[in-house]
Amino acid sequence: MNENVSLADSPSQPPDMGHKSLQVEQFSYDNKSVQLFAFATIFWSVIGMLAGLLAAVELYYPGANLNLPATTFGRVRPVHTNAVIFAFVGNGIFMGVYYSLQRLCKARMFSDKLSRIHFWGWQTIIVVGAVSLLAGYTSGKEYAELEWPVDIAITFIWVIFGINIFGTILKRRESHLYVAIWFYIATWVTVAMLHIVNSFERPFSWFKSYSWYAGVQDALVQWWYGHNAVAFFLTTPYLGLMYYFLPKAANRPVYSYRLSIIHFWSLIFIYIWAGPHHLLYTALPDWAQSLGVVFSVMLIAPSWGGMLNGLFTLRGAWDKVREDPILKFMVVAVTCYGMATLEGPMLSLKSVNAISHFTDWTIAHVHIGALGWNGFLTFGVLYWILPRIYNTPLYSKKLAGTHFWFGTIGIVLYAVPLYWAGFTQSMMWKSFTEEGQLKYQFLETVTQIIPLYITRSIGGTLYLSGVLIMVYNLYKTVKAGHLVKDEATSAYPLPKAITTHGKEHWHRWIERRPVQMLVLSLVAVAIGGILEMVPTFLIKSNIPTIAAVKPYTPLELQGRDIYIREGCYNCHSQMIRPFRDEVARYGDYSKAGEFVYDHPFQWGSKRTGPDLAREGGKYPDSWHYNHMMDPRIMSPGSIMPNYPWLLSNEIDTASTAAKIRAMQSLGVPYRSGYDALANTDLQTQARGIREQLAKDKIKTAPNAEILAVIAYLQRLGTDIKSVKP
Amino acid sequence: MKFINYLEKITGVDIYAMSAFGIFFTIFIVMAIWAFKADRQLLTKINSLPLDNQ
Repeated sequence: MNENVSLADSPSQPPDMGHKSLQVEQFSYDNKSVQLFAFATIFWSVIGMLAGLLAAVELYYPGANLNLPATTFGRVRPVHTNAVIFAFVGNGIFMGVYYSLQRLCKARMFSDKLSRIHFWGWQTIIVVGAVSLLAGYTSGKEYAELEWPVDIAITFIWVIFGINIFGTILKRRESHLYVAIWFYIATWVTVAMLHIVNSFERPFSWFKSYSWYAGVQDALVQWWYGHNAVAFFLTTPYLGLMYYFLPKAANRPVYSYRLSIIHFWSLIFIYIWAGPHHLLYTALPDWAQSLGVVFSVMLIAPSWGGMLNGLFTLRGAWDKVREDPILKFMVVAVTCYGMATLEGPMLSLKSVNAISHFTDWTIAHVHIGALGWNGFLTFGVLYWILPRIYNTPLYSKKLAGTHFWFGTIGIVLYAVPLYWAGFTQSMMWKSFTEEGQLKYQFLETVTQIIPLYITRSIGGTLYLSGVLIMVYNLYKTVKAGHLVKDEATSAYPLPKAITTHGKEHWHRWIERRPVQMLVLSLVAVAIGGILEMVPTFLIKSNIPTIAAVKPYTPLELQGRDIYIREGCYNCHSQMIRPFRDEVARYGDYSKAGEFVYDHPFQWGSKRTGPDLAREGGKYPDSWHYNHMMDPRIMSPGSIMPNYPWLLSNEIDTASTAAKIRAMQSLGVPYRSGYDALANTDLQTQARGIREQLAKDKIKTAPNAEILAVIAYLQRLGTDIKSVKP
Repeated sequence: MKFINYLEKITGVDIYAMSAFGIFFTIFIVMAIWAFKADRQLLTKINSLPLDNQ
C-alpha cells in the first residue's frame, strides 16, 4: 500500500525458484513503527515495574498508599500486571513483529496508516485501562480486568494488527513462511479467540458490566483465558522473536528446523488444554482438573524442545556469549523459559499444587517468566534493534553488561525470597499442634514472611535500576544516531507459479499458505477449549445446585461490587479446598453449587490475607467496621491497607435497579419487577446493620458503603452452613 | 442467552480426555514423521531465512 516499488534489474540475489526473467524490486522497510513500539516498550517497562515496586512495598508498608483509594494494593496490582503484560510485553511483541515480519517477508508492512492506528490505539487503550483500573473500574477477573468499552477497543485494535500482519504476509516476496511467522499467526488468532470468549459480559452502565458466566463456569473460562494469555501473549510471540533474533544476534541459523516444526504444533495443541491446573482441588469437576494436569505435564516436551533449540543454536558460539551483552540477555532469557516451563508442569501436579497454590511460590514462578524470559529477551531485542534502525553502534556495551548483572542479581533476589516465603507460609498453614489444633493464626504466617517481602522489593529495585541504566544507554545511542525511517532494500517478487522440485510435502503446502495456517491454528486451539468447556456448561451433574443457595440481596450485591472495585480478590480467596487445615481454619470446603449466582466468580489465586468463603457470621458487624477503618485495630501487625473512604462514600443506589435487571438477564432468579423494589429492601437491610453498629456505639451515615460491604461479608458462605453434608 | 444444563449427568466423561489425547498424539506422530522425512536442503534453506539480509 505505502510501498514505492520501482523495478530494476540489479543482479543481487538469484531469484527463488529459477525464474530468471523476474526483475528485482526496490522498496523500503518501515522502521518508524518499529521505533515507536520500541520507545513505548521502554516507557511502559519503567511504568509497569514502578507499579510493581509500589505494590511490593505496600505488602510490608501498607501506608505507602497514602490512604488513597487509587494507590491501594488492590488497584495497583492489576495496573502492574496489565502494564507489564499488555503494555511492556505487548509493545515488545509489536516492536519485534514489525521489525522481523517485514524482513522475513521481504516486504514493507501492509499499511503505514494501519501501523499508526495500531500504535496509537494500543497506547490509548493502555492509558484508559490504567486510569480506569486506578479509579476502581474492573471486571474482577485476573489479567482481564479491563471493562467492556476497553474490551471492545482491544478487539478493534487487535483486528487492525491482524489486517496489517496478514496484509504483509500476503504481499510477501519470500515464498516460505519462516517458523517465527507461524508463531505470530498462532498468537494473533488465539489471543483473539481468548479475549472474545472471556470478555462476554453484560453491561449495566457505561463502564461497568457483569461477567456472562457464573461461578465454576466463569472460573473455567477465566483460567482457560488466564493460562493461555501466558501461553499466547507471553510465550508464543516471544518464541517467534527468539527464532528470529537469536539467530540474528548469534549470526547462525537455528539449531534444528525440524525441532521447531514439532515444537510449534505440539505447543499450540497442548497449551490450550492446561488451564484447569489453576483450579486444582477447587469446586471444578474432577475430570476437568485431571485433564489440565495431564496436558500440563505433557507441556514439558515442546517447551523444552523450544528451549533446547534456542540454546543449541549457540553451539560453538559460546565465546561470543562471553563478550556480547545481547547474547547474554538472550541466553538467560531462554534458560529462564526452560526453568519456568519445567516448574509450571511440576506446580500442576496435585501434590505440589496443594503446597504451592495461594502462596508466593506462584508469584516467584511467574516472575522467573516475566523478569527472565520476557524481560531479558525484550532487553536483548531492544539493544539489537535500536542501534540498527538508528544506524549507529550501541552507546556503551559496558553499560549493557552492567544492566545484565543488575537484572540477573535482581531476578535472584526477587525470586529466592518468594520461593522461601511460599514454602514457609504453606508449611505454617498446614501445621497442627499435637492436640490437633491449628498451630498458627493466619496473621502469624504473614508476619513471618515480611522480611522476605522486603528482600523481594530490593530485588525488584535492582532489576528496575538495571532498566534505568538501559534507558540511559539507549537514549545516548539514539542521540548519537539518526533514524533510518525507510530502510531501502530490494528483492525479487514472488513468481506467479512456483515450481517445485520433487515430491511436495504437505507441510510445505501449509507453510506457504498463511490463511490455511491461521485456520488450522484456530482449529488446534479451539478443539481444546470446546472439549474442556462444553461438558462443564451443559451437564447438570457438574454443577450440582443447592436449594439453600439464594441470590444476593440488593445491599449484598452493592457490597460485592465494592469488594470487586477495591480488588479484594487480589489478596483474599473465596475457595476452601478439601484439606484438613483449610477446613479447620475456614470451615466446610467449597461446593460448585455455592457460586451459581457469582457473576464474576471471586475465587482468587493468592492468599495474602485469609480465605473469605465462609467469612459470614464469624465476627460482629462492628469488627468489620473497625477492621475496614484500620485493620491494625482488630489485627495488630496486619498488612491490609485502611479503607477509610468506605465509611464516608455513599452507596450508588441509582445503579441498583440496573444491576438487578442485568443479573435477571443472566439468569439470576430475582422475581419479575424486583428492580423497582430493590432499593427499598436495600434500605431496610442497611438500617438493620446500622442498628447493630449503633449497639457498639458506632454511628454511620444511612447509605455508607461500609454497610454494603459488611452485608456482603456477613453473607459469604452462610447459605450452606445450615446444610448437612 | 442463559447457560442451561441440558443434560442431567454425563457418563463416560473419560471420552473427552481420551479424544484430547488421541488428537494430540495423532498430530504429534504425523508431524514427527514428516519432520524426519523432510528434505534436508529445503529445511536448511528455510532455516537461513533470518540471516538473509537481502
